[in-house]
Amino acid sequence: MKLLVSFSKKKGSEPLIAKIVRDTGVLINVNRAYIESMSGEMLIEVPDSDSKTVCEKLISSGANVEKLEDYVFRDEDECIDCGACISICPQEVFYFDEDWHLQMNEEKCVLCGKCTEACPHGALSIYD
Amino acid sequence: MRKTIDEINEKIRNGSARVVTAEEMPDIVAELGEEKALREVDVVTTGTFGAMCSSGAFFNFGHADPPIRMEKSWLNDVEAYAGLAAVDAYLGATQVSETQGTKYGGAHVLEDLVAGKSVELRGSSKGTDCYPRKTITTEITLEDINEAIMCNPRNAFQKYAAATNTGDRTLRTYMGTLLPLNGNVSYSGAGVLSPIMNDPKLEKIGSGVPVFLCGAEGMVIGQGTQSSPASQFGNLMTTGNLKEMSQDYLRAATFNGYGVSLYVGLGVPIPVTDIETVRNTAVRDEDIVTQIEDYGYSGRDKPAVREVTYAELKSGRVEINGEEIRTSSLSSFRKAREIASELASWVESGRMEMTLPTRKTDIARRAGPMKESRRSPVVKEIMKRNITCISETEEIKTAAQKLMKGETNHLPVINSEGKLVGIVTTYDISKAVVKLRTENTVSSIMSKKVVTTSPGEAVDIAAMKLEKHNISALPVIDSEGKLIGLLSALDLGKLFGKRWL
Repeated sequence: MKLLVSFSKKKGSEPLIAKIVRDTGVLINVNRAYIESMSGEMLIEVPDSDSKTVCEKLISSGANVEKLEDYVFRDEDECIDCGACISICPQEVFYFDEDWHLQMNEEKCVLCGKCTEACPHGALSIYD
Repeated sequence: MRKTIDEINEKIRNGSARVVTAEEMPDIVAELGEEKALREVDVVTTGTFGAMCSSGAFFNFGHADPPIRMEKSWLNDVEAYAGLAAVDAYLGATQVSETQGTKYGGAHVLEDLVAGKSVELRGSSKGTDCYPRKTITTEITLEDINEAIMCNPRNAFQKYAAATNTGDRTLRTYMGTLLPLNGNVSYSGAGVLSPIMNDPKLEKIGSGVPVFLCGAEGMVIGQGTQSSPASQFGNLMTTGNLKEMSQDYLRAATFNGYGVSLYVGLGVPIPVTDIETVRNTAVRDEDIVTQIEDYGYSGRDKPAVREVTYAELKSGRVEINGEEIRTSSLSSFRKAREIASELASWVESGRMEMTLPTRKTDIARRAGPMKESRRSPVVKEIMKRNITCISETEEIKTAAQKLMKGETNHLPVINSEGKLVGIVTTYDISKAVVKLRTENTVSSIMSKKVVTTSPGEAVDIAAMKLEKHNISALPVIDSEGKLIGLLSALDLGKLFGKRWL
């Protein structure tokens, strides 16, 4: 499961994730991290069975946690199944099924946004 | 055995014609053999749906009162060429909006019109005795105007070269986004379903032949502009009524950082009259070979990285230098299939009959390059040859002295063989002074990633490098990597005096 963790500037200077990994023993995979001047945001991946523990720890450390469900959205009226997105995506989210319909492995998405720029038909958008 | 067009049309009329798609044909031929396949199959349909920049439409808007002879015209702020009589215009698909840039262009106007939307027509004129009006602004839909005739100078290339990028920065091209260091490969074309690939000698596809064009019954005018059947890059000039087209098969597109294009759905039916046609339509993706070209090279004749078949491209991965590279298609094979089967149903139902080309096609035709009467300047003509450089083993202090003395802000660094290994600017020296360092050689502070040019490179391309990398000079190196000069923004400035640029 993917979690979007946001925290204030102060928390950003603490080894938040490292502490949680040490305390819980859960292996957290950091997909993306953006640190702004006043706040920060991180996209992390945790095993479903440990998500509750990790969420509780994060919240008690003062971070906001949001479970990510909609990663990348495809407008099926605009998409013509060309596949321009397929080789651009660093996470291999997109693929063709046997009938050359574009399919998505949404849970692989790390919200990088490369597909939205590469789509000639403006059919893709990512969670904002 | 041969079948005549009349025999095939007779079967189409009485509903007994066997129509298959070009994707089904290879297996049929493999199973039945050529002779039997000829007897069995009457028409093979093809289809393709991809970006075809060379597209557009002629319009006749009808006369206003008082009348105007439009000298310039715009549809939703996209200029349409109006140098054709009074109220006619040609809108090219790639022309971009004067207010919205590449987000909206001629292709989007065409799609909006086909979708039934209303579009703003603006026209301007100096006014004449017979056409006194000087300006017009009106809202129109496809229904309101006399004619809207799609006429595409160059559609349905037989095949297309695939693209990769050996360079070190991401390129935004008409072949889509190309990631650096062969990060991906993009390709276009329907392969097995490609119209001309199924009739490479253009014996069945030519002037007057009916086609499926964006959902309408259109026609081939003849070979398209820049058609090059001799090198297996033939294409078609096509036409059809925009009023009968469907948004399902006509889509506007924007290639980020490049511009606007139109996705055109085109299908051509091929009457199976003889063994030759059976053989041609039995072509498979495995048989269709194209090149992967390096778009990292900005010149016209892009070097080929390797040969590849459409079967490999469609598999999703191709190998380049021992590495598996992912591929992206820019055209839609699903749509190409849809078009081929829709066209097959048109023929089966008797809606479309077969016609042979009304004139013979010259398949020896080969497209040539532009004649350039004024040679474009190359780097060696304006670069500075007498330049100060420094060896990588020298002390930082020496580099500082050289920069102080010289006129330049760039000090190329060479090794003992005279090969360029880095560059030092006054900024690098300042940085070295501020930071405490243990090493004292030029090589410890130089920038090792140097953007370079070559003596024969066109000045325009060198200028683009300066702009893209936000730098002000390029070391010039020969084919062996030896430093032979420096090209600075100042040198480029000299060209303005000579009116090169």
